[in-house]
Amino acid sequence: MQQIINFVIRNKTFLLFLLLFGVSLALTIQSHSYHKSKFINSANFLTGGIYEGASGISNYFDLKEQNEILLEENTRLRSIKLNTANSIATDEFVIDSSSYNGRYKINNAKIINNNYSSSKNYLTINKGEKNGIKEDLGVITSKGIVGIIDNTSNGYARVLSILNTKSKINAQLKASNHIGTLEWNGKSSPTTVQLTDIIKFAPVKKGDTIVTGGESSIFPQGIPIGTIDSFVLDITGDTYTIEVKLFNDMTNLSHVYILENLDTKEIKQLENPTDE
Amino acid sequence: MNSINFNSIIRFFVLILAQVLIFNNINFLGYVNPYPYILFILLFPVNNNRSLFIFMSFMLGLFVDIFSDSGGVHAAACVTIAFIRPAILKFAFGMVYEHQNIKFNNTEFGNRVIYFSILIAIHHFIMFLLEIFNISNIILVFQKTLFSSTFTLIFCILISILFSNKQR
Repeated sequence: MQQIINFVIRNKTFLLFLLLFGVSLALTIQSHSYHKSKFINSANFLTGGIYEGASGISNYFDLKEQNEILLEENTRLRSIKLNTANSIATDEFVIDSSSYNGRYKINNAKIINNNYSSSKNYLTINKGEKNGIKEDLGVITSKGIVGIIDNTSNGYARVLSILNTKSKINAQLKASNHIGTLEWNGKSSPTTVQLTDIIKFAPVKKGDTIVTGGESSIFPQGIPIGTIDSFVLDITGDTYTIEVKLFNDMTNLSHVYILENLDTKEIKQLENPTDE
Repeated sequence: MNSINFNSIIRFFVLILAQVLIFNNINFLGYVNPYPYILFILLFPVNNNRSLFIFMSFMLGLFVDIFSDSGGVHAAACVTIAFIRPAILKFAFGMVYEHQNIKFNNTEFGNRVIYFSILIAIHHFIMFLLEIFNISNIILVFQKTLFSSTFTLIFCILISILFSNKQR
């Protein structure tokens, strides 16, 4: 017994090192596994508060640019509204035809922290549970998709960016209905992502548009993602891997929309009927 | 407890805030970021309680991890360089370290650069290895380590020169 205690005292630095290294390794592995990392994330009171304070200063610098983006979007929406056939007759009585038949609730939020340089990137937004934000809601901008909410606290939420090797989003070609999976390999620049599993019979052309597919309950069908930059046939020879150039500039984001599918619960129930 | 002076504690918080608010957003050439927050570990007073030093390094890394959503990669890298620091000190400074009276402000510039660059390279290698976590991307790990280390080294030397209070 004496010897054990002596051993511990003699090697206490090394043992402390091993213990702390083990703890950090465990945290790392936990953050790499698909399940959400609960403890170490930037959506908490302290970090959210600091990031919000800092972004309160820095958002004055791109006010002009954000105004232009808003104006562009307003112009587009207004032209859609004016060119829709029934817009004059039944304006007052339609619930909201532009919000995907009332199936989606739209919230807005502001990005207070944006990462795009590592292989697992996250964003932090300034809305949380008290604003009705939940896990697994989709996040988009007026130009295209941004990611999926993966962790929330009372006042803040963390978004799993599409520039994250863990992100997998259902996407399709706009021209035909061939679906694939939108991923990021962690190596290419923050302007491109990869679309895999597009079958080789699909009419893939450079410059074609990629949109979200209708298979996920998170994003509605047809949210723009980007255009085809280049494509190669896989080693197996059955599917294409397509480099997609994003419409969004992921390095310069400010205001985002959060989409909540009101039917998610029903769809989930249908898909897992035995899951009590 | 009087062994950690007030200076170190201030340095701890200032470096974390500077790292997460400024240096994490530099993104030179798209993805190269410096990590000068490890100056805290590099410049920690030498003749000190080692267990406390390792624990402080762990907390430093963990705080940066919480802010940058990276699991525990910074904590792991920081703990490692805090643990192996005495060996590197002996290698870089030789006899001066043996007498335990080392003051970083009074050391030779060349020795200090060697000492900084070894610890920075080890820290960045462990950090990127754990962050990418995929042995088939080892080239990417080396590439990121090389670029970021150079960047961090420049910042560390600049900051340590700027804030050194040399008494001659």
